[in-house]
Amino acid sequence: MSRQDTSDIVFRRILAVFPISILILVAGIFFQLVNASLPSLNKFGIGFLFTRVWDPVAENFGALPFIFGTCVTSLVALLLAVPIGVGTAIYLAEYAPPKVSKAISILVDLLAAIPSVIYGLWGIFVLVPCMRNSVQPFLGKYLGFLPFFQGPNYGVGFLAASIILAIIIVPFIISVSREVILAVPSVYKESTYALGTTRWEATADIVLSYGRVGILGAVILALGRAIGETMAVTMIIGNNVVITPSLFSPGYTLASVLANEFAEAATNLYLSALIEIGLVLFLVSIIVNILARLLIWSVTKGPLDVIK
Amino acid sequence: MKKILALVVAMAMVTSFAFADATLINGAGATFPYPIYSKWFDEYSKVNPGVLFNYQSIGSGGGIKQITAKTVDFGASDGPMTMDQMTQAPGRIYHIPTVMGAVVIAYNLEGVTKGLKLSGDVLADIYLGKITQWNDPRITEQNAGVNLPSTSIVVVHRSDGSGTSYIFTDYLSKVSSEWKGKVGKSTSVNWPLGLGGKGNEGVAGMLKQTPGGIGYVELAYAKENGLPYAFMKNQSGAYIEPTLASTSKAADGAAIPDDFRASVVNSPNPEAYPIASFTWLLIYKHMDDHTKGAAIVNFIKWAITDGQKYTADLDYAPLPANVVEMIQQKLNQVKY
Repeated sequence: MSRQDTSDIVFRRILAVFPISILILVAGIFFQLVNASLPSLNKFGIGFLFTRVWDPVAENFGALPFIFGTCVTSLVALLLAVPIGVGTAIYLAEYAPPKVSKAISILVDLLAAIPSVIYGLWGIFVLVPCMRNSVQPFLGKYLGFLPFFQGPNYGVGFLAASIILAIIIVPFIISVSREVILAVPSVYKESTYALGTTRWEATADIVLSYGRVGILGAVILALGRAIGETMAVTMIIGNNVVITPSLFSPGYTLASVLANEFAEAATNLYLSALIEIGLVLFLVSIIVNILARLLIWSVTKGPLDVIK
Repeated sequence: MKKILALVVAMAMVTSFAFADATLINGAGATFPYPIYSKWFDEYSKVNPGVLFNYQSIGSGGGIKQITAKTVDFGASDGPMTMDQMTQAPGRIYHIPTVMGAVVIAYNLEGVTKGLKLSGDVLADIYLGKITQWNDPRITEQNAGVNLPSTSIVVVHRSDGSGTSYIFTDYLSKVSSEWKGKVGKSTSVNWPLGLGGKGNEGVAGMLKQTPGGIGYVELAYAKENGLPYAFMKNQSGAYIEPTLASTSKAADGAAIPDDFRASVVNSPNPEAYPIASFTWLLIYKHMDDHTKGAAIVNFIKWAITDGQKYTADLDYAPLPANVVEMIQQKLNQVKY
């Protein structure tokens, strides 16, 4: 029986402006990137994505080593950060005494606020020597049969960059996951306790099941941050244009090459190749997000396991 | 609240009056000379309070782009513009050298302090990956009496595009035909091997922590951070320590062309350190604005004479007298 008031209509239309402005913004960025990378798009075509050379002197450009570097560092960072992040979130939300939980939560928020250049400096002066002197020799000795842990040991490289990335994204995973877990209605937990479950069973079956969408969302947010992270990675990845299975090897990422070379790129083709790197980064982010959405849809299709 | 507002308005009026009759000159470009340029702008404002400078150190590439687009009144670059870039500019651009800088070869070798002797061809082969150990005969034969370990050489270079890399690769291209053919010279190149550090601090940071490391940084940076650096063999066969004096010598006696777009690496002067270069201001021969044109030319005349006394404190090498004289004649051709 509701009749729309004029104010309602006005309010609805005003609100609609905001999402539309976001659409325009994204479309504008995409258009501008394509437009500015036209010289490079015309010259190298689709081969840009599969070329392993980046030679500013001969003006021969390809993005493959950078795409490889971005994907490897982001994925390894997620492998390291997700267990720590989700584990911490469960502990904080379900097990920790309220005082401890509050104290750690403040620390986590503090970590999230540290600028990445600080992480980078810490990486150069603390993490890299530690990688070179302890972590990588250890990995080489016990896991050296795997191609990931072979090769010369400089300290800087894919592994060091991935660890820094993991440290940077862990606070995001913890914060969001903790909120998600806290939002699980206690009725569900209490009813499972009434059925005689242990706390572990309640957490594993009810809380994680109910909160999986939100936790996946946290992971996607973190992945986005990892893909785009620039300064800290640039400072410790070693900036070497190479494709190799070895995580000890110095590497390069899309964001790093932009940060490194944009200011001094003087010729048109060079500049437009760099902007095309930006376009590739944009597309990689979109593709990863779409894949993540599909993943969420596939997990959320069925009802909760318990209710089933 | 009203009082504060009134105060803000009053201050805004005062400042706008103060700046009203000053000429504002905008410039952008190279980061390497930024400290000396800011010092000059500051000191020059005491000599001539009527001119204010605004300089953005966005990098040489950006400086060239902005002066070409005429969005700034002058540009600045650590490498000369290419012929291609010159023809893209809407007018004739003059390169005016302001100070000189040296690039030093720093290393991390236990027990070896500064003064390791290196020649250009050996340096090029290290960066090409052909010499991989510190006790390679080609290094040891130049360093009798120095106990060089069998440590692997870890090559470090700049990852960001920079004038320092330009000077370094320009030098390697001069002394090694293989380097010239395979890699070439630019602010960023396709490095055959090695680790890339961002900025002088990135290279220095990696060097300090990598035993066996070799890298290149600006002279000032190596001095301030106490990095041991090599004495380089110059064209006449002498091993020269990089100092401000030996850097200035690089342009003294070298053939400097009329347009100053000269590379002075591997200088023929027997006292010159071989990896040295000018840094340039980029100005139009025909200035659009009379007041600004006059202000810029007067500033440059001051900078290359009186201004040179501020160079030593900031670890820049002053221009040799013959170059100063050439610039003064060149400035007379600028129309405004």
